[in-house]
Amino acid sequence: MSNIILPGLGFNTEPESHSRRRFVKGLAAGGALMGLGISGLAHASAAVKGALFYPEELSGTNMDLTYSYSKVNFTGNERTATAINGGVPAPILRWKEGDTVTLNVTNNMAVDTSIHWHGIILPSAQDGVPNISDGFKGIKPGETFKYQFKLEQSGTYWYHSHSGFQEQTGAYGAIIVEPKDPYPFKFDREYVVQLSDWSDEDPDDIYRKLKKLSHYYNFRERTISDAWQEVNEKGWSKFWQERGMWNEMRMSDRDISDVTGYTYTFLTNGKTPAEGWTGLFKRGEKVLLRFINSAAMTYFDVRIPGLKMTVVASDGQYIDPVTVDEFRIGVAETYDVIVEPSDDRAYSIFSQAIDRTGYARGTLTPDAAMTIDVPKMDEAPILTHGDMGMAMSGMGHEGHDMGAMNNIKTDSSNTEKKKNTEMKCGANRVMTPKKATMDPTMDPTMDHSGHDMAGMDNAKMSKPAMGSGKAGFGSSSKVIHTESEFGPHVDMRADAAKYQLDDPGVGLRNNGRKVLTYADLRNLYKTPDPREPGREINLHLTGNMSRYMWSINGIKFADAEPLRLKFGERVRINLLNDTMMNHPIHLHGMWSDLETGDAQYIPRKHTVNVQPGSKISFLVTADAMGGWAFHCHLIYHMLGMFRKIEVV
Amino acid sequence: MKDKIIVALLTGLLSNTASAGGMEDDPIITKVMINQFETRITDGKDPLILEADAWIGKDLDKFWFKTDVERVNGETEELELQALYSRAIAPFWDLQVGWRHDAKPKNNKRDWLALGINGLAPYWFEVDSALFIGEEGRVGLRLQAEYEIMFTQRWILSPEAEVNFHSKDDEATGTGSGLSDTQLGLRLRYEISREFAPYVGLNWNKKFGKTEDYAKAEGEKTDDLQFVVGLRAWF
Repeated sequence: MSNIILPGLGFNTEPESHSRRRFVKGLAAGGALMGLGISGLAHASAAVKGALFYPEELSGTNMDLTYSYSKVNFTGNERTATAINGGVPAPILRWKEGDTVTLNVTNNMAVDTSIHWHGIILPSAQDGVPNISDGFKGIKPGETFKYQFKLEQSGTYWYHSHSGFQEQTGAYGAIIVEPKDPYPFKFDREYVVQLSDWSDEDPDDIYRKLKKLSHYYNFRERTISDAWQEVNEKGWSKFWQERGMWNEMRMSDRDISDVTGYTYTFLTNGKTPAEGWTGLFKRGEKVLLRFINSAAMTYFDVRIPGLKMTVVASDGQYIDPVTVDEFRIGVAETYDVIVEPSDDRAYSIFSQAIDRTGYARGTLTPDAAMTIDVPKMDEAPILTHGDMGMAMSGMGHEGHDMGAMNNIKTDSSNTEKKKNTEMKCGANRVMTPKKATMDPTMDPTMDHSGHDMAGMDNAKMSKPAMGSGKAGFGSSSKVIHTESEFGPHVDMRADAAKYQLDDPGVGLRNNGRKVLTYADLRNLYKTPDPREPGREINLHLTGNMSRYMWSINGIKFADAEPLRLKFGERVRINLLNDTMMNHPIHLHGMWSDLETGDAQYIPRKHTVNVQPGSKISFLVTADAMGGWAFHCHLIYHMLGMFRKIEVV
Repeated sequence: MKDKIIVALLTGLLSNTASAGGMEDDPIITKVMINQFETRITDGKDPLILEADAWIGKDLDKFWFKTDVERVNGETEELELQALYSRAIAPFWDLQVGWRHDAKPKNNKRDWLALGINGLAPYWFEVDSALFIGEEGRVGLRLQAEYEIMFTQRWILSPEAEVNFHSKDDEATGTGSGLSDTQLGLRLRYEISREFAPYVGLNWNKKFGKTEDYAKAEGEKTDDLQFVVGLRAWF
């Protein structure tokens, strides 16, 4: 059963015991190092040397990777990881574009396993998703599976198990594919910065706890003192007005992450915040940092105070460089950034979890003995009505006015400012299971009989959908919630969802720093497939938070028909987030060409973040035959929020 | 034996489906909740109370078991058991249908068909209410709601109210028709962990109408404010 909380506001600033624990885990060791002074230097450098650990790097065209149970200790307690070649993270694999690589993956564990090469374009049979990839049933205990594929791309990617919850327990590593042609930018040195989240708990237990008490890991709920504070600030009437929607919806605006720093220790290249990971540089060098979010559930907000970061690639693909102070990296995304430290001092690579319940950290330093204070975490974000996809009066956006291009450019990044403006959310907007009436003019080919949403997703829609926008600019179709989205398994529907590509997201708005947004992403190269999309597929990300059920269009994977794409077609996928959390949606085998408002230079991604209560569109060229996975990359969502795609 | 039947029912009812990566998104889960395990400090003998639920099942379909036990001086004064099939009918609501058995008081057994609704109402009221249809035209209605006020993330004050109505006098069990009794509680707990929380509080029982008369005839209290100390736990 869901939590019962008082309608209040403002988060609890009382140091609870769990936050004290985090403090100890997160800061004490670093603080101890900093406070050592000269006499402690020997100690300090010894500790830092330990922190220089960097995953082993394998390069060439033939590699052996072996799964085994390995002992790890991130928290003071020894635990068993599902490790590849004995370490967490797994080795960095350095490949070369154009090479054919052979990977012999041996399973020395007691359960089935697999490796998925995340973001790599390859034949379905090599993609490593059991029961989805063509002919692949997983790697049985004691068996060796030979993967072999040709590398058609370059960039930063990663690999992980696609079996069970093994990724949560350490089965992930980085991939660097060196380009055939020279890099379009210069750098003197490079590091992989792989972020992840570790729990001492068995992931099965985490999943069960979430099903029994969905806010189990959230210790940032509203308290009575928060409510009192807000009443004092705003008065009773405003207080009730603002609390009304949340209370009627029975949702918490403090619900940022399902699984938090209460159980997670956040890692940078396998190093805890207490240890810290360290990378060396020489003053004046350009350092390429290949950020990879390999967390099971955690989004990170990354910055290096004192350094501008020039983002040169997203999901492995070059973009028109953008210089920022900070970026949010969704689960499974990668960003390559170049920094140019001009001083002989240490810099902190600070990756705070989106819910601010902890952070991962590293240090860039010219000298391993030189350290730097860890920045303070920002305040924990609080969701707004806009994050629920609700219309706000006085904003000039009517609920269904989803004009494609004009909305992409609309400034939605000041949503938090609007907190103080009037917000009207008709109570029935979301709560009442009012069936959406299908507009028959919308798409006459849609089959919406019964609950067979998959039928609707399918290739039955042969004509271009009416109202679809030009390639690169998103869709202008109306938002329609289908019948399958109504029922006990779906607790909200965003009726006023809009494109908010230039919104840095909850917790990053108006923070005084230049934060990367999707609107900043432009491909460095021309769009290879400039065709207009032949049709649109509308997929709504749905769920019931308190029952901890996740689905697409209200239908979970186990009940869904595969989505069928016709080989060679260009199709638009419209994702609409009917939940109050971010979902990183990963399409296997084919690029997700993210529509950010420039048809000529569409950025290509493998994982697309969909902000709460918002929508986003991407184009796909169905140029890869066979079965592919398409899913939310949050590990405890993906079991339901998953589709098989068949390209036929 | 009973367990086997339940498991068989569950596997039949809640069929498994294949999934990618060999994972079941909707596994069979069990939860046991001891909502109140407390002693109530009163003028006479202090009763020991157990109010607990358990469920086994999947996201939308579950079997629920509920029990209410009151023991005084080593004797079971009240014992109520419910076995229910629970089906989600709305995002925050489950419909619960099944059997209620009262083994006590006074060894006068009563059986009821239970039709209940369990869930979370807007403004965060946790509701567990049911209509009970018994033999000889007996009908009971129980309305129950609980709320939680968070002082901090771990200090939680929880007011709750229960009201019982009955259609017929039932002298053997001391139940009168109309509004029979009410129970108001206020418990302050400290969550040492999510699963484990000791508490203190107040509990006020009041009987009305014929129920009050029956109780008086037995020399029982009809208006009793008690101090309670107990433990809330789940796993």
